[in-house]
Amino acid sequence: MDALFYLFAALTLLCGILVIANPFSNNPVTSAMFLVLTIVSMAGLFVLLHAFFLAAVQVLVYAGAVMVLFLFVIMLLDLKEEQRRSIPLFSAGLGLIAVVAIASVIIGRLWKGPFVNSVDQPTMEGATTVLGTKLFSDYVLPFEIVSLVLLVAMIGAILLSKKELK
Amino acid sequence: MSQVGLHHYLVVSALLFSIGLLGVIIRRNVLVIYLSLELMLNAANLALVAFSRFNNNLNGQLIVFFIITVAASEVAVGLALIVALYRKRQTTHVEDLATMRN
Repeated sequence: MDALFYLFAALTLLCGILVIANPFSNNPVTSAMFLVLTIVSMAGLFVLLHAFFLAAVQVLVYAGAVMVLFLFVIMLLDLKEEQRRSIPLFSAGLGLIAVVAIASVIIGRLWKGPFVNSVDQPTMEGATTVLGTKLFSDYVLPFEIVSLVLLVAMIGAILLSKKELK
Repeated sequence: MSQVGLHHYLVVSALLFSIGLLGVIIRRNVLVIYLSLELMLNAANLALVAFSRFNNNLNGQLIVFFIITVAASEVAVGLALIVALYRKRQTTHVEDLATMRN
């Protein structure tokens, strides 16, 4: 189990780095493909955390639907001219310094932090059933609101992609 | 190294979030910035699922479920905006979109 964790974590982080800074190509399609790999290996981490339903949803919704939408849009736009521009080194260095500072603050806090940590009793057998029950009892109002959000997003996307924007 | 616990997952999540933040800062293409935003959302999801597992509490997983739904609708609207922007300005490069600066 531990070896699997390190494998999936390394794969997730490596593909994540390749999404934002690929030394071989600046093409957004490559970035999107590596994001798909990141999401799939993160689904592996979800399986290790016994979140089987979320792992399936992650692969189906993210890798399946969202990334296909991304690839459609990237290929719809003609990005030949964009590829030739490289990342400006000065601002990249400054950004790297800032982000390393933020990450060291977060991780430094994590090493000290007292978390309630109950590794030994995985009492979440058949978690999908429990998840469904909770979703339609405690969380039924957020569930309905989310359906409204999806409707609004659909109307918005259709309106925005009309030819004549007023 | 001891047994893999909550801390390990949280460190991976923090590193992934930092990678996404770095992508938002250094990349100049709107689409790649958007991809980095997805990376940051995923890092938050990982932290929530890890907390949910190690505290024996399913609420974290339900929040992740809602985050995935909202992220999907956010992507739909955002990509429609990018396509509309590209139709008007023929670029997805953020430095060409700084009309309010001068």
